Amino acid sequence: MLSNITIGQYFPGQSFIHKMDPRAKILATMIFIVAIFLAETVASYAVIAGFTIVTLAVSRLPWRLVWASIKPLWIIIVFTMGIHVFTTPGTVLWQYGWLHISEEGVRMGSMMAARLVFLIVFSSLLTYTTSPIRLTDGIEHLLAPFKRFGVPAHELAMMMTIALRFIPTLLEETDRIMKAQESRGADFTTGSIVKRAKHMIPLLVPLFISAFRRADELAVAMEARCYRGGENRTRMKELVITGYDYIGMACIIGVTLLLIVMRWFV
Amino acid sequence: MGKRDTKQRNISHRGKKEVGCREEQKISYQEEKQTNYQEEASNTKPIQTIKNSDSSCEYKIDKEVMIDVSHMSHVYTDEMGNPVHALKDVDVTIYKGEFVAIIGTNGSGKSTLAKHFNVLLMPSEGTVKVLGMDTQDPAHIWDIRQHVGMVFQNPDNQIVAAVVEEDVAFGPENLGIEPSEIRRRVDEALKAVNMSQYALHAPHLLSGGQKQRIAIAGVLAMKPDCIILDEPTAMLDPRGRKEVLDTVRRLNKEEGITVVYITHFMEEAAVADRIVVMKNGVKLQEGTPRQIFEQVDTLKQLGLDVPVAAEVASELIKRGHALPKGIITNEELGDVLCR
Amino acid sequence: MSIVLDNISYVYGAHTPYEKKALDGVTLEIHEGEFLGIIGHTGSGKSTLVQHLNGLLHPASGKVTVNDVDLADKTEEARNMRHTVGMVFQYPEHQLFEETIAKDIAFGPRNLGLSGEEVDERVREAMKFVGLDYDTYAERSPFHLSGGQMRRVAIAGVVALNPSYLILDEPSAGLDPFGREEIFDEIIRLHKEKGITVALVSHNMEDISRMATRLIVLDGGHVILDDEPLTIFMHHREELQKAGVDVPPVSVLMETLKHRGLPVSTEVRNVDDAVMAIEKALKEQEVHHAE
Repeated sequence: MLSNITIGQYFPGQSFIHKMDPRAKILATMIFIVAIFLAETVASYAVIAGFTIVTLAVSRLPWRLVWASIKPLWIIIVFTMGIHVFTTPGTVLWQYGWLHISEEGVRMGSMMAARLVFLIVFSSLLTYTTSPIRLTDGIEHLLAPFKRFGVPAHELAMMMTIALRFIPTLLEETDRIMKAQESRGADFTTGSIVKRAKHMIPLLVPLFISAFRRADELAVAMEARCYRGGENRTRMKELVITGYDYIGMACIIGVTLLLIVMRWFV
Repeated sequence: MGKRDTKQRNISHRGKKEVGCREEQKISYQEEKQTNYQEEASNTKPIQTIKNSDSSCEYKIDKEVMIDVSHMSHVYTDEMGNPVHALKDVDVTIYKGEFVAIIGTNGSGKSTLAKHFNVLLMPSEGTVKVLGMDTQDPAHIWDIRQHVGMVFQNPDNQIVAAVVEEDVAFGPENLGIEPSEIRRRVDEALKAVNMSQYALHAPHLLSGGQKQRIAIAGVLAMKPDCIILDEPTAMLDPRGRKEVLDTVRRLNKEEGITVVYITHFMEEAAVADRIVVMKNGVKLQEGTPRQIFEQVDTLKQLGLDVPVAAEVASELIKRGHALPKGIITNEELGDVLCR
Repeated sequence: MSIVLDNISYVYGAHTPYEKKALDGVTLEIHEGEFLGIIGHTGSGKSTLVQHLNGLLHPASGKVTVNDVDLADKTEEARNMRHTVGMVFQYPEHQLFEETIAKDIAFGPRNLGLSGEEVDERVREAMKFVGLDYDTYAERSPFHLSGGQMRRVAIAGVVALNPSYLILDEPSAGLDPFGREEIFDEIIRLHKEKGITVALVSHNMEDISRMATRLIVLDGGHVILDDEPLTIFMHHREELQKAGVDVPPVSVLMETLKHRGLPVSTEVRNVDDAVMAIEKALKEQEVHHAE
């Protein structure tokens, strides 16, 4: 069911990771993603895997979330892997007509797939352990220096907050409209891609109308609650850098340095 | 921090209201309410009227006026470009501490009226004043919105944040309040609506009644004097309806918050101090629940419900039974039938 | 001919921390010609229950059959049988999507594979049934109608499937008393004139006691009461209270009067019944006093 999608969902908790400042977490995630792409050897992948597992353990999130975060994107992972497996030239392991699999291809494919998996798991960890508001707060703060170049930091953050708030609501709504149209004989699951796309109209039109209506009502409600943009706004939870953040950042930088050393100096 | 301590500034706006000749009727109705309907009058604060020496027909009421709507009309153009008169020459005064219900069918203008109370709409003609501030003066918009909070019909479409307490904090954050003070207000507001244990929950997993209570908390955290609720229970089940109504009544009684409650549920309007009946953009009637609900036929013609006891009593009277007028509760009908 | 639920259970979010048993061993037969009321507080399982009636949900255990055809079957017959059960969801106007009212109502019949003429015939008939004049409304956009009218268009879209059974989930939610009256008049007509079997989920006990010929009460995924509405409202008030549902206001009134000593019958469906019962009791009282 649609409501099983957990991407962008927050799981409240009191772990070390939960307590970190969102700015630190965003930066840490960005650094780690770069670090992932430094990895080339099995040993460095082991380091990344080990670090991801430790982080997950520290976050005290249920392990099934790892699978839940990968599941919606598995097609992309398989696709990426496939492209590398079949297109990389090298020692041919298997061949059928123009199709071939090379040893290098398998290596490259597995590596790319592993990178994607770690990337997804690690960035999901960010959204799982950070309340959407704190996350957007963090983004807003990190983008603030770029305001002078015309980056609408506050507006972007507010848009994200609202998007995150309404994702579950719109998913529920999608489910409901699908059922209503199925009750009128609509078929969303069979037929060619073109046909299926056409069959989506009875779902998409009501969904868009509803989204616009919600947006409209929400805008009025926000106005009624004295919302007038980011000027002079305060926050209940101010972002404070604490010991957790120093330790967390130190760990990330440590791992990154280790990976750099493993890549260029070993 | 750009804090706007509006509370202080507004004290000068409040206080005694000058009432012209045309208001005489209103005052006499208030007096009538006090004399003829003792039980009800005892629930509301006494209304004192003093003669004003300045002019022979001017009075000052010692009860503070919260919202004053005077000869107000609202016209908008529809999709075809035709002017629509949503409200026509409406006069309504809402006093501090009152619980006023506005009833009427869909399209009667009751929600349009309510949207004028916190400057979501502006009158085409006439004036709307909140604590003496004219809503058409742009300088007052944010003051008014802080003093008059609004709760809307659809519980989903007014919750901004994905965590309950962060949503409640949204209003005070917009006001530029200190973080520690916001924290205090959020905790207090959640407690006032009995939702403290849900502070860290995701709103989409709550029931409709709980979501509306969160919306009420979001308004309370702005420390308003008045809350407007625009059909807050229309999308709820009976349990949720009761939760919301009980919460609102408690805030009215215990915190002295003025309540304007728009509804088409008769049993909700029945607990109000006063009911305003709207039809086709016109204020049709205004009175205590008793005065309104004893007019069973009029209300039914309007397409509104009446309490079952009132309906039964009116039917019995029509069939020649000698019953007193003004029966609206089961107990009252019991009193006259079971002597 | 009937819809039979044979010991069905349904679980949401199986094997997750959010696992919730929504239905627990429900057995129920909805007979042809019935007007079934379904009540229960939010979360009692009634929405889940009705979604089983046209195969939108399949039970985790147990079986749902319509006219002896198992809805879980993958056969053409099962598919067709699902379409004999029309389903009107809460706020059905949110499913409208076509440019014109006629096109939107035609969506269902067209999915059934009917010819253009037949579809047109169905649209006209359905519009007549919900009180929308074909010539006035057929070519209008459904999105420029009032809330109540939009809802009637949506109901017409289901009626156009010519269902033998019609399931309605809170069809009057959010409407004012006028709008509510209109919708229920149509439903009563569909029941009486077209002979459609109706299952109505509602929070409004007054409507249920006025219209339903049979009432089931759900609580915690179980059917706890199944009887005539009057019998349930008269004799099972404790269970109703425990299940978190109300009693019709007119029943409460009669109960109060009886409690106060007026010898009235509490067997009343509506205000007219109540007035009659009170008059009768008053007369008896007079005779009693005269003696």
